[in-house]
Amino acid sequence: MEKLISKIPDGPLATKWTKYKASVKLVNPANKKKLEIIVIGTGLSGAGASSALGELGYSVKTFCYQDSPRRAHSVAAQGGINAAKNYQNDGDSTYRLFYDMIKGGDFRAREANVYRAAEVSNQVIDHYTALGVPFARDYGGTLDTRSFGGVQVSRTFYSKGQTGQQCLLGVYSSLNRQIKKGNVTMYPRREMLDLVLVDGKARGIIARNLLTGEIERHAAHAVVLATGGYGTIYFLSTLAVNSNASAAWKAHKKGAFFANPSFVQIHPTCVPQLNEFQSKLTLMSESLRNDGRVWVPKTKGDSRPANDIPEEERDYFLERRYPAFGNLVPRDVASRATKERCDAGFGIGDTGLAVNLDFRDSIKKQGKKAIENKYGNLFDMYKTITGIDSYEEPMRIYPAGHYTMGGLWVDYELMTTIPGLYAIGESNFSDHGANRLGASSLMQASGDGYFILPNTISNYLADEIRVPKISTNKPEFAEAEKTVIERLNKFISIKGRQTAASFHKRLGKIMWDYCGMVRNEEGLKKAQVLINVLREEFWKDLNIPGEYTELNQELEKAGRVADYFELAELLVTDALDRNESCGAHFREEYQTPEGEALRNDEKFAYVAAWEYTGEGKPHILHKEELKFEEVEMKVRSYK
Amino acid sequence: MKLTLKIWRQKNPKAKGNFETYIMDNVSPKMAFLEMLDALNKRLVEEHKDPVAFDHDCREGICGSCGMYINGHPHGPVPAITTCSLSMRYFKDGDTIWVEPWRAKPFPVIKDLIVDRSAFDKIQIAGGFISVNTGAAPEANSILIQKKKSDDAFDSAICIGCGACVAACKNASAMLFVSAKISQFALLPQGRVEARERVRAMVEKMDELGFGNCSNTGACEAECPKEIKLVNIARLNREYYKAF
Repeated sequence: MEKLISKIPDGPLATKWTKYKASVKLVNPANKKKLEIIVIGTGLSGAGASSALGELGYSVKTFCYQDSPRRAHSVAAQGGINAAKNYQNDGDSTYRLFYDMIKGGDFRAREANVYRAAEVSNQVIDHYTALGVPFARDYGGTLDTRSFGGVQVSRTFYSKGQTGQQCLLGVYSSLNRQIKKGNVTMYPRREMLDLVLVDGKARGIIARNLLTGEIERHAAHAVVLATGGYGTIYFLSTLAVNSNASAAWKAHKKGAFFANPSFVQIHPTCVPQLNEFQSKLTLMSESLRNDGRVWVPKTKGDSRPANDIPEEERDYFLERRYPAFGNLVPRDVASRATKERCDAGFGIGDTGLAVNLDFRDSIKKQGKKAIENKYGNLFDMYKTITGIDSYEEPMRIYPAGHYTMGGLWVDYELMTTIPGLYAIGESNFSDHGANRLGASSLMQASGDGYFILPNTISNYLADEIRVPKISTNKPEFAEAEKTVIERLNKFISIKGRQTAASFHKRLGKIMWDYCGMVRNEEGLKKAQVLINVLREEFWKDLNIPGEYTELNQELEKAGRVADYFELAELLVTDALDRNESCGAHFREEYQTPEGEALRNDEKFAYVAAWEYTGEGKPHILHKEELKFEEVEMKVRSYK
Repeated sequence: MKLTLKIWRQKNPKAKGNFETYIMDNVSPKMAFLEMLDALNKRLVEEHKDPVAFDHDCREGICGSCGMYINGHPHGPVPAITTCSLSMRYFKDGDTIWVEPWRAKPFPVIKDLIVDRSAFDKIQIAGGFISVNTGAAPEANSILIQKKKSDDAFDSAICIGCGACVAACKNASAMLFVSAKISQFALLPQGRVEARERVRAMVEKMDELGFGNCSNTGACEAECPKEIKLVNIARLNREYYKAF
C-alpha cells in the first residue's frame, strides 16, 4: 500500500503549484541538451509537451502513428476549451472552475491536480492566442465565450465547432518550429509496442515502423506517454478508429498502475447508429445544448414527424428533471436520462434508440443566421451523415462512448509508478474524477503538455545529468524487441478465419451491453465470462494476412484488439469492485429513489490503482485515499 | 446495391500498379464509402488475399488522413466533403466506381491508395508558425482583432492538409494549401511580425519539393473538402511580392 505516493505539496491549495515551481530542481541549459526525452503521441498534450521541452533545450524524440502529427485525435474536439478568465464578469474564478470540475467529477478526483489544471487554464488561452489560434471574437475585438454542461458561467473559448482542430494546429505549429530548430526529431507512422526499463527506470521504447514493418529501438532518459484514451474499447465510439490503449497498456504491464479504468464517459449527443457495418459514431458537440432542447414524445411509439407533434405533447425530459441546469446538465446525467426514456419506450426513429435535439425555438428567437454562425459546421456535418437539415427538423441523437477519465495513475508530477515514465492528457487519470465536464479535455491536455510536465520533469531529470546517453544495445532492449517480434509472429501464425475487426466489434458489444452507461453485478459477471470466451476464440481463430516486416494494417489492428481484451477484463473488474455509483459509473444497485447516482464516500472515496502481476494472474488493487481539504463532499445535484 | 469496384493496387512505391476489379453485393445506401471498403477488406482477408491499404482515422472529416480519387474526383463526386464522409446513398445499383490514390509527383504512392504526404509537413516546418515560446504570451485580450479579420483567418485555418488540392491540380501545385496557412497568419496581428520570412521560407520549400506552379485553373478550390477559397492564393502572391 505504500507504493502510492502522490507527492502533493504542502500548504494551502491555492499556493501549492507556485510553491512547487519555486522549489523544484532545475537542469541547467548546458545539461538539457544532453538529456533525451521520448514523447509518444502528438495531440494537444504530446505536441504541447514536445514543443515546450524543445524550447527549454532538451533533446526530444516524438512519435505518432499517423502520417503527420497534425492528425492526432485532439483534432476532432468540437465545442471548446475552458479557462477561468472571467471575461464575462459572471462570477468565474480559478476556484469556481476547480470546484465545478471536482463536483462534475463527483468527488473522485485529486484536489491539488484539479486546482492546478484550473490555475494554468488562463495561460493556455493566452498561449494559443499568441500562436494564432483563431478563437471566436466579439465585435470589439475581444474573445468570445459560451457555456457548457454542468456550469453556470460562460467560460468556454471556441472556434465554431472546430476548436480541437484549431488548437491542434496551434500545437502542431509550435512543434514544427522546434523540429526546424533541431530540438525535436519527429517519427511519424510509428507505433510503440513496448516500454523498455533499465534498472527499474523507463529508458526507451520498441516501436514498429508502420510503413516498413521494421522494429526499432529508441532510448531516452525519460519517456512521456501522451497517447489518449481507450474509448474505442466499445468499438463504436466517437474516437478516431485507430485510437488505442496499447502504449498505455504495455506500460501498465511493465509496472505502471492503471487507475479507475471503469470511469468512461458516454457522450449524450451523437449521431445514432445507421447500419450494421458502421465503423464509428460521430459526436454532435455539447455546445449545441446551449440552444438545442432535448425531447421525446409524451406518448409511447408516437411516430409522427417531430414538427407535427404539438408543444403540449412533448416531454423536454432534461428540463423537467433538472430545472436548474436544464439541457446543460453534465454528460453522464444527460446520457442516462436519454437511455432511461428510450428504454421506457419513448425513443424515436426505426430503432427507438434516439431522442430529438431541437433548435426550433432558438431559431425563432435568434434567427437562423445566429444559429448558423455558432454551429454552422455541425449542422453541415449532421446533414452530410444523415441527409437531414436540422434547421428545418430536429437532430436525432443518442449517447456513444467518448472519453475515458480513467488512465495511468500519476502523482502530482504526472509521473507514473515507473520512475521516469510520465502520462499526460487523456492517458492519465488525474483531473476528471468519475465524469469530465465539457471543454475541460482540451484545457487539461494543453495544460499538462505546455505548462505542467515541462516544470515537473526537471525534478527527475536533475538527478539524471550524470547518466550518459542510453545505449540501445543494452540487453533490456534486445529482450523487449524479442518479445515484441514473437507476439507479432504469433498473431500471424494463428491463420484462423476471422478478422481482428470482427473480434473488436464483438468485444465492443459486450462492453457496451454490460459495462456501458448502466452496470450491475450480474451483468458485469456475465461480461467477465463472455470476454474470456471471446478472447480464447481470438487466439485460436484470428486471421492476419502477410508478414510483420511490411505495411500490414490488419496486424496493427490485431495488436490493439489483443490489448483491449486484457484492458476490458480490468475495466469490468474495477466496475465490479466499486460498489457505488459515482459520475459516469452507474451501478443500478446504488441509486436514489429518483434514479440519481448514490455515492458511498465512506467506502469509496479513493482512486483505484491496479497493479499488473503477470499473465493470467489477478490484478492487485491499491487505494489512494482522496482527501478533500478545500471542498466539502456533497450530493451532486443539478436539480 | 450491386457495385463494381475498380481499385488501384500497387504493392510498393517501385511496383507497377494496376486496377483490380471487385464485385460488391448487398451494399447498403446507409453505409459510408470507407465502410464499404471495410466490408471488401473483410472479405479479402477471409479469402486469404491482401486487403486494400488506405489511410483513414477520425472518419468524421476533420483529421485529413483519408483521401482517394473516386470516379475522377478527389474525395469523390460530392462537393465539400472528405472521403470518409461520403455516403453510399450517392451511388446507385449497377454503378462502376473507380478508386485511385492521389496522383502527384511530390506525393509518391506507398501502397495501394496510401501516398506519402510528408512534403506538406516539410512546408509547415519551413515557416508555418508564430515564434512564441511557452509562457511568453501576453494576456489574450490585450491583442484586439477585428471580428471580420478573425473570422477570415478561421476560414483559412480550417484546411485539413489532406492534399486534395494538389491531387486535383494538373500542375500538382500546393498553392491553395500554402496560401491557406499564409493567409491565416497574414490576417492576424500576431502573425504579421514574421510575415516576410514566413512566406519566403514556405514558398521556397514548396518549390524545392517539386510542387508545380499555379495557373489559376481553380480545380483546387472546386475539389477542396473544406471549401478553402482561391482568394487565399491571391493573398499569398501579394504577401510574397511584399516580402522582397
